[in-house]
Amino acid sequence: MPEQAKSAKQRPLSPHMQIYRWPVTMATSIIHRATGMALSAGTLLVAWWLIATAMGDAQYDLFSTVARSPLGQLVLFGFVWSLAYHLLNGIRHLAWDVGYGFAVPTATRTGVLVFTLSIFVAIAVFVYAYAAKGVHL
Amino acid sequence: MTDGSPAARVEGLGSAHTGTSHFFRQRVTAVALIPLAIWFAVSAFRLIGADRDAALAFLHAPINAILMALFVIAAVVHMALGLQMVIEDYAHGEGGKLVLLVLNKFFAWLVGAACVFALLKIAV
Repeated sequence: MPEQAKSAKQRPLSPHMQIYRWPVTMATSIIHRATGMALSAGTLLVAWWLIATAMGDAQYDLFSTVARSPLGQLVLFGFVWSLAYHLLNGIRHLAWDVGYGFAVPTATRTGVLVFTLSIFVAIAVFVYAYAAKGVHL
Repeated sequence: MTDGSPAARVEGLGSAHTGTSHFFRQRVTAVALIPLAIWFAVSAFRLIGADRDAALAFLHAPINAILMALFVIAAVVHMALGLQMVIEDYAHGEGGKLVLLVLNKFFAWLVGAACVFALLKIAV
């Protein structure tokens, strides 16, 4: 028994992430999880916005001021990009779940497509907001 | 075809037989969030630069209040399921993992309750 416990402790481990090359499919998977975690923090922003709106003018103005600050804009850009990426890549995941797009070349192509589209959407949202809404830093 | 010894089960080893439910709820909330998140993003975008009265008027409309509540609820359920996987993957100590899993549920409920309360305060 003690011998068994010892061997259990010394089990060989698979090499850590740094050892591997980064294929597109691996990168998109890791980014999906990272953006999911970022969006979890982002729910606090949604909650803050709703609560501030419910509470009063002072709280709403505070939220607006922070959102318009350079740091606020940076955080919002991260939020928008994370949402765009997680949403688009989520659709890719759902396609896999029903059996489509599993071939490695296909998965690589859709991965590049999703990543590129997410960046494009995030930038387009901000460019449009600045241009059409007259929002500026 | 057994799932390990009774002792292993007592120790919390082996399948808890809840994986399918987790997987399915993750997908159901994901599908719901496709239209809801797009609706939220468009709505939030249209409220850029709006004063509080405009935001109140928007959230006061029943359809918007309902969609916003559905978005928040679907989002926090999806979040709790996703963060649970992250915790299960990376937290190795059983005690610490249990604490994090419980805190994860509390966090989702707290965010969800706060948002729904704010929406009720505005809409009712």
